[in-house]
Amino acid sequence: MLWEAVRLALRAIRRNVLRSFLTVLGVVIGVAAVIAMVTVGQGSSAQVRADVESLGTNVLVLRPGKRMMGPSATRDVSPAFTLRDVDALRGLPVAAAVAPTASSSLTAVYGNANATTTVTGTDSQYFAVSVWPFVRGRSFTEAEERGGSAVCILGETVRQTLFGNTDPTGEQIRLRNVSCQVIGLLEAKGASSFGSDQDDIVMIPIRALHRRVVGNSDVASISIALAGGVSSERGIREIEALMRERRRIGADQEDNFSVTDMKQISSMLTGISNVLAGLLSSVAAVSLLVGGIGIMNIMLVSVTERTREIGIRLAVGAEARQVLTQFLVEAVVLSLIGGVIGIALGLGLAVVGARVMAIPFIPDPLVILLAFAFSALVGVVFGYFPARRAARLDPIEALRYQ
Amino acid sequence: MTAPLASDPGPPLIELRGICRHYGTGEALVRALDQVDLIIRRGEFVAIMGPSGSGKSTAMNIIGCLDRPSAGHYLFNGVEIADLTQDQRALLRRHYLGFVFQGFNLLARTSALENVELPLIYKGVPRLEREARARAALAKVGLEGREHHDPSQLSGGQQQRVAIARALVGAPMVLLADEPTGNLDTHRSQEIMEVLTRLNRDDGITIVMVTHEEDMAAHASRLVTFVDGHVAQDKMQTERAR
Repeated sequence: MLWEAVRLALRAIRRNVLRSFLTVLGVVIGVAAVIAMVTVGQGSSAQVRADVESLGTNVLVLRPGKRMMGPSATRDVSPAFTLRDVDALRGLPVAAAVAPTASSSLTAVYGNANATTTVTGTDSQYFAVSVWPFVRGRSFTEAEERGGSAVCILGETVRQTLFGNTDPTGEQIRLRNVSCQVIGLLEAKGASSFGSDQDDIVMIPIRALHRRVVGNSDVASISIALAGGVSSERGIREIEALMRERRRIGADQEDNFSVTDMKQISSMLTGISNVLAGLLSSVAAVSLLVGGIGIMNIMLVSVTERTREIGIRLAVGAEARQVLTQFLVEAVVLSLIGGVIGIALGLGLAVVGARVMAIPFIPDPLVILLAFAFSALVGVVFGYFPARRAARLDPIEALRYQ
Repeated sequence: MTAPLASDPGPPLIELRGICRHYGTGEALVRALDQVDLIIRRGEFVAIMGPSGSGKSTAMNIIGCLDRPSAGHYLFNGVEIADLTQDQRALLRRHYLGFVFQGFNLLARTSALENVELPLIYKGVPRLEREARARAALAKVGLEGREHHDPSQLSGGQQQRVAIARALVGAPMVLLADEPTGNLDTHRSQEIMEVLTRLNRDDGITIVMVTHEEDMAAHASRLVTFVDGHVAQDKMQTERAR
């Protein structure tokens, strides 16, 4: 009997395809929005998690200036760090690896090709701290670091711009007026959580940057990988104590530097993306509600339109319950069709979104199942009232209806 | 040829006793049926005539269990019907009654075969058997080969024959026809009457038919005339007209 009702419902829906489609549009949009939101949201949290792992498990970043979050916070005029600070930090037992960085934006030239990029001065520990493997070549030697040699390591984006498909190692590129030998090539890392291209980079020994490019000896930030078993809290405490001492900050003065736990940033980012997904999902839920009302509206019209049909069915012996089932099943089938289209559309949108945002596409079967169940629920809830109205029709009145 | 069945005093199949049907209340009270007594026996072909508003359609609705009397007793095959619930009456219609209406009342955009199958769906007959029985019913009214036509592709007479097939596919005890030829021209009307007469004569189906055309009523074995909610005249007819 139920199967009969489903067949009947499908026929009624087919009889008026355009109207049926418009009826379920609200459900389609609602479900698609929820699915797309949740899928993209999960992809981006997965991306953030992957970023955290690529940062190394317990990485602290030390910057001059007061505490700030995010990449674009304004900096104050606190003094930069020096390479002696780096040496002092290397003396701390909590620090497994310490890497100084300082950057300058300039144009790299090779033959006819040139690329505006970020030149970052650092040393070989940087690749350990940031867990960044080489595809080719090698890191800086101690001698190169000490002497500030003109050698460089390229990120994938710069390599492509300058060299296309040829092997860059051993070639000379020009950074402003410095000729630099390419000694290594880094693995592609993709976009950061903030959306910047991490592969758009040229690494040189920090002393080379100081002496040959910027003309000062500032260290803009120091990344510290903590030793195994050391908590972020303890690491931050010891680093802060050391830096306060080295920067001669009195007991009543605030820090003029900050230590950021990269885990905090990533959890903050995850939080933001969750809040956004939640907000958008609630908008989508409203769309589902409106979609349900649309279904109820059309089902009411359908009941009125098919009054005679209902009369005929009652006359040949349909019970009220069977008429109720018929219209209820029709509403549920309708909204399930909307739900399925919505799921397909939502996953499609999520695939596109994931590609555009360079995040992984992770469909969640549970969410898909929930969306399916929810669209069935919409059908039941909003189909019940029209169906009950159909079931309560008086057969004589219904047969007389024109 | 058998003798006219009306002369056979079998047990009453339909028995109306003091049936009243009132609409409205107080000043506006309308007595559509007022103390109607009528007994119809198995195998009869009864034509009900009467002017508009005489209560003949109301009586049909009550006999067809589509409506309930305001007062009185209605025994169908010896069972009191007046107190049944709507669903119980639906079951009665499903198993014992078949309807033919003036306006055909076929489902639009639904093939003749599926229209005829409709009562069997509610009877819970399995699909293959349903289809076979529907085909047989259509054949009986002379519509072989039209199984997959929509009502819109059929003439009025053919549509009414589909409706008759639908009414008899469930092997009802009574076929109720409310002005079955009201929308048809003379020629088509004769065809329909021939079908009904044949069903009554050959298959012994009891038929109650409302009409206001004397020619059509002449096919029946018995003529009941309603006036102002009463049975004004009730007479057997000879086989001459049939």
